[in-house]
Amino acid sequence: MQPACSVRLAHSLQEKPVMQKQSSSTGSASQVQSLGPIPKLPNYETGGFFDELVDVNNLARPDAEELVSLFNRLPPKELLRRQHAIEQSLYRMGITFTVYSDKTGTEKIMPFDVVPRIVSAMLWKHIDAGLKQRIRALNRFLCDIYNEREIVQAGIIPADLIDSAPAYLKECRGLKPFNDVWCHITGTDLVRDDSGTVYVLEDNLRCPSGVSYVLQNRHVMKRNFPQVFSASRVRPVNDYSSRLFQLLCDVAPPHVSDPTVVVLTPGVFNSAYYEHSYLAQRMGVELVEGRDLVVEGDMVYMRTTGGLQRVDVIYRRIDDAFLDPKTFRKDSVLGVSGLMDAYRAGNVTLANAPGTGIADDKVIYAFVPDMIRFYLDEEPILPNVPTYVCQLEEDRQYVLDHMDELVIKAAGESGGYGILIGTQSTKAERDEFAKKIIEDPRNWIAQPTLKLSRSPTMVDDHLEGRHVDLRPYILCSRPDDVWVLPGGLTRVALRKGSLVVNSSQGGGSKDTWVVAEQGQRVASSKDGATEPLDS
Amino acid sequence: MLSRVAESIYWMSRQAERAENHARFIEVTLHMMLDQTEYLVDPWEPLVQVTGDNAWFEKKYGKATCQNVVQFLAFDREYHSSMLTCLHAARENARSVREALSTEAFEELNAFYHFVRDSSTSQLTDPTAMFFDSVRSHALMWTGVLDSTMSHDMAWHFLNVGRLLERADKTSRILDVKYFNLLPRLDDVGTAIDDLQWSTLLLAISGFEAYRREHHLMDVHKIVAFFLFHRTFPRSVDACIAGVESSLREIEKLSGSDTQGEAIQKITSLRLRLKNSNVKEVLAGGMHQFIDRLQVELNDIGDSLVQDYFYAIQTA
Repeated sequence: MQPACSVRLAHSLQEKPVMQKQSSSTGSASQVQSLGPIPKLPNYETGGFFDELVDVNNLARPDAEELVSLFNRLPPKELLRRQHAIEQSLYRMGITFTVYSDKTGTEKIMPFDVVPRIVSAMLWKHIDAGLKQRIRALNRFLCDIYNEREIVQAGIIPADLIDSAPAYLKECRGLKPFNDVWCHITGTDLVRDDSGTVYVLEDNLRCPSGVSYVLQNRHVMKRNFPQVFSASRVRPVNDYSSRLFQLLCDVAPPHVSDPTVVVLTPGVFNSAYYEHSYLAQRMGVELVEGRDLVVEGDMVYMRTTGGLQRVDVIYRRIDDAFLDPKTFRKDSVLGVSGLMDAYRAGNVTLANAPGTGIADDKVIYAFVPDMIRFYLDEEPILPNVPTYVCQLEEDRQYVLDHMDELVIKAAGESGGYGILIGTQSTKAERDEFAKKIIEDPRNWIAQPTLKLSRSPTMVDDHLEGRHVDLRPYILCSRPDDVWVLPGGLTRVALRKGSLVVNSSQGGGSKDTWVVAEQGQRVASSKDGATEPLDS
Repeated sequence: MLSRVAESIYWMSRQAERAENHARFIEVTLHMMLDQTEYLVDPWEPLVQVTGDNAWFEKKYGKATCQNVVQFLAFDREYHSSMLTCLHAARENARSVREALSTEAFEELNAFYHFVRDSSTSQLTDPTAMFFDSVRSHALMWTGVLDSTMSHDMAWHFLNVGRLLERADKTSRILDVKYFNLLPRLDDVGTAIDDLQWSTLLLAISGFEAYRREHHLMDVHKIVAFFLFHRTFPRSVDACIAGVESSLREIEKLSGSDTQGEAIQKITSLRLRLKNSNVKEVLAGGMHQFIDRLQVELNDIGDSLVQDYFYAIQTA
């Protein structure tokens, strides 16, 4: 007994000074400024692209100095060893997808890259303001377009572009969700070009996924880079699940005082199932499938061991079309029959509201800057990528004449499907897309090929530049109460030269470190210290 | 809690327990082979009989040998109750209710499954008791993690019911089959071989030491009593049934329903029946008949759970 006791004492004695040091470093930024020469990433090519970690001379950007200096100090192969260690722990945590659906199917983790992407406090301030503005405008647009349609009457968006969008749900006309919030949870895709300018590439307002990877990536990175993590003054992301839960409670039907919240998943075979289960676990709520729910008298119940229990708020991760076979797709076995009746009767909140998809239609996207001006009377903080709408004759002609330099996208597709990257296409592919555009112009848009920014990424045993994007997550509980998670999912196109970051197309992810401004809370690399939820 | 979640947790727990028991069977048999230079008793055939799936086995494998019994019980993905199939199913069930488990519990089951799956090739070539010993360690870890990282709330009670029903069934099966094989050899009574056989039986339920502490010498009646009626040894049939009963009572209490479920009524009457029987009666009436009836009753309780909890009442 005696030895065990003294070991425990020694351990707790050791911990104390570490904690003190951390709390004192939270207060002032100047302590961590490096004094020596700026560290340089050797044997690395920025290749004419904007690099997130180093400048054109391979010198570390100000907030990346600690990281680059650590890379230079690490013994050879150590970075690779940590990459493998992280992959192992992701595997152990079961954050995997099955490659073949048969019984012997090998399982793989979502590809993860050990080199974090660092976002400076100043850049983040700009992104944060821009996203809040955008969500405020998009939410007003959704309220408007399903009710008064002022933006159409003002001649800013043609009515036929809206009515022809597959995501526009006639069934939702005249609806007013609680708190006037339609898009409770958004994951907006941002990219940077060769000047470092941040653009909004896509608004994802349906069921954006990936936030669980943000949280898990952070979890494993903190374990593997505790020193540099503390020194880099990274803002925490771990309160996301509490914020999400609070949001879901805030938007419950007003007559409910202690709402029952659930997460609705299509089931274990869905590729984002891990995330659904993770979020439910973190919020401490039930994860339900359609078959667990039943609607009686316009009320939603779940089947429990003690009989039926009322459900007030559903964070649904099922697409609109599958939500309710009675209202939408008749063949849906994932949804709940009568759910839309309960929703219309005001007895349940659905987050996001059905019908939000209209606002991330790729054609409607082109009008978001106009929405910001119209609803908020402000200039957009974050620009759109210039977009040609093939439905408009002038744009269409331009697109058809410049196919070899544009990126052409199907308006109704996502996940990196239905895309032609002109600069990397063959004549036959371009002809095929030209034919499709002429046949159904409403379904196509085009954008110039951006020279996407890159970030150092592990390739075999060394670092090479790979293109990245960034998906921050935004929670909106009232039209003017918008919160942006300081961080987000940095997706990286692992294949050399590839511009497609989607995980279905060979993309991986990185941890995203948003640097704190003076006075902002900093994440602790000690798991227990500021993170009672993280084990 | 959700009926679907309760059912998945119950099965997850049963399947993991089944995998553990199969590892125990193989492990003790591999050990026994080493102590028994000439095969006085075929050690592998009874393992197939334990499962009750002899016909299926014979059709696929023919004669029971070390190699094919190991493949059958441990790694055969076509066999519905092999260790690997059970762990795969347990993990799939765990995946579907991950939010209701502790992180540690899921990770342990995940590691358990990967360990067994990744060992299959080498173990099929040359099975070692060491491997099956590691399986047992994983299983003990799994049980410990469940008990010490989860609230003993309704979810835990459902998994406790699952594991104890499975354990009671397996303990009775191993006694049944071994007894059938061991008893006719009256010549061996009191010999080293006899001693070894009964010790092996006790080892299979981790009860060798507990038995020795109480009784010192191997005695058929006492061993049977240990298997069936021991009040506190965690793998005896009586202790398992008492555990199921107490968990079902908690579940009834927590679900706050007015009427008593069928399962709780059945388990209570089973416990009382066991309480009022003894080894003499069991042996007089025929051990096999006794155990057969026990297994039917255990299955029946499993069916009642479905009625009572897994299909929720339709009206609010």
